[in-house]
Amino acid sequence: MTNWDRFVDSFFNARVMAQYLPKIIEGFGLTVVLALCIIAAGLALGLLLAVVRAFGIRPLNWLIIFTVDLFRALPPLVIIVLLFFGLPNAGVELSGFAASWLALTLVLMAFAEEIFWAGITSVPRGQWEAARSTGLGFVQTLGYVVLPQALRITIPPLTNRTIAITKGTALASVVAVPDILGAANAGVSFSFNPSPLTLGAIAYLVLFLPVVVLGRWIETRFAWKR
Amino acid sequence: MDSFLDTFFNWQIMQEASPILLQGLKATLLLSALVVPLGFLGGVIIAVLATFHAPWVKWPLRVWVDTFRALPPLVLLIFIFAGLPFVGIDVGAWGAVAIGFFLNTGAYYGEILRAGIESVPRGQIEAARSTGLTRGQTMAYVVLPQAVRNVLPDLISNTLEVVKLTSIASVVALPELLFQARQAQSVTYNASPIMAAAIAYFILLWPVVRLLSRLENRQLAGRR
Repeated sequence: MTNWDRFVDSFFNARVMAQYLPKIIEGFGLTVVLALCIIAAGLALGLLLAVVRAFGIRPLNWLIIFTVDLFRALPPLVIIVLLFFGLPNAGVELSGFAASWLALTLVLMAFAEEIFWAGITSVPRGQWEAARSTGLGFVQTLGYVVLPQALRITIPPLTNRTIAITKGTALASVVAVPDILGAANAGVSFSFNPSPLTLGAIAYLVLFLPVVVLGRWIETRFAWKR
Repeated sequence: MDSFLDTFFNWQIMQEASPILLQGLKATLLLSALVVPLGFLGGVIIAVLATFHAPWVKWPLRVWVDTFRALPPLVLLIFIFAGLPFVGIDVGAWGAVAIGFFLNTGAYYGEILRAGIESVPRGQIEAARSTGLTRGQTMAYVVLPQAVRNVLPDLISNTLEVVKLTSIASVVALPELLFQARQAQSVTYNASPIMAAAIAYFILLWPVVRLLSRLENRQLAGRR
């Protein structure tokens, strides 16, 4: 066998690929579901924390800042491992899916809060004062005046961060979730051929390349004219 | 509550595990000291190549960067570590991590530095060239120093992510902090070593997070 044949036989083995394609497609679905659950919960919690922080209740704000710092400083895989392998020692069993979802949701929450908060503080004080003096309440000012402007400015950094954290779903394979990478790994060990990994890599590119290109587009589209 | 404390904050087990945790911490620091400069170097190469506007440079480069930004780093790492040996290329755990991080974080650093280079006004490049500096000198002495300063918060933020990302090396059995903590946990049936590792990461990286939070607030607020 020439080197080229050996390469093709290893990474693009049609027989192995056909055999494991259904598993990879199932994994693809699981990765998408996991990613969507993380995005929905993470962004909602992040916005909630930023809004609560706007009320300026001191002890509560310290708690929010500490929580955010904590989940920005810890590697996502450490949190996943702690939840999945640690909690059973205390008698609480979390499935791999739940542990990965919870860990990455907390991480996205932290980054999203930080970005939303930066957006809120970027709205000039004068606008708060003007809105309040027209008779709007605090919540109304936040909802109708500040947040619409704050959210627009946060779109580019938020998009990029969300993409980066969503890619972390591959970490779920470490705790035995049969997502794309999990299915690909299983395929490699059963067939003793790395073609399922090639399929997995292609599946990730199919999923994330459009998102990365979209992120790039959003960054230019929403960029502030300097 | 007692069982919770005993499981996650067992002082005795933490102490017993501390020698191997310290070894892991050392490996994590060493790994970071290896992959951060490596990724940064990859980024500089990409950013400098991006200043050539010829289509046969621009498009392959964009495909390269987007591919490695779209591929989860763990997938890349496992592909190199577990896939390549099938065709006789066995680079080991350290080699796989080095190559994977060069490709992945290089793409990220590259995007950031490219934005930095674009933020330096064209007039400066023309002025530098007209004083007799070559293209390379202009890049090294005039453009890059300013480019780095302009995107410093993003560079620090990416570096933080890279250091955190070194934890995925545990998946390919490289004995860094998380790997050692898992080893200790599986021997003691107690999660305290993992908690100790988490605390170590937090102590190590919290100052960076604080610094970034300040820089980012200022940056976003300054856009108005």
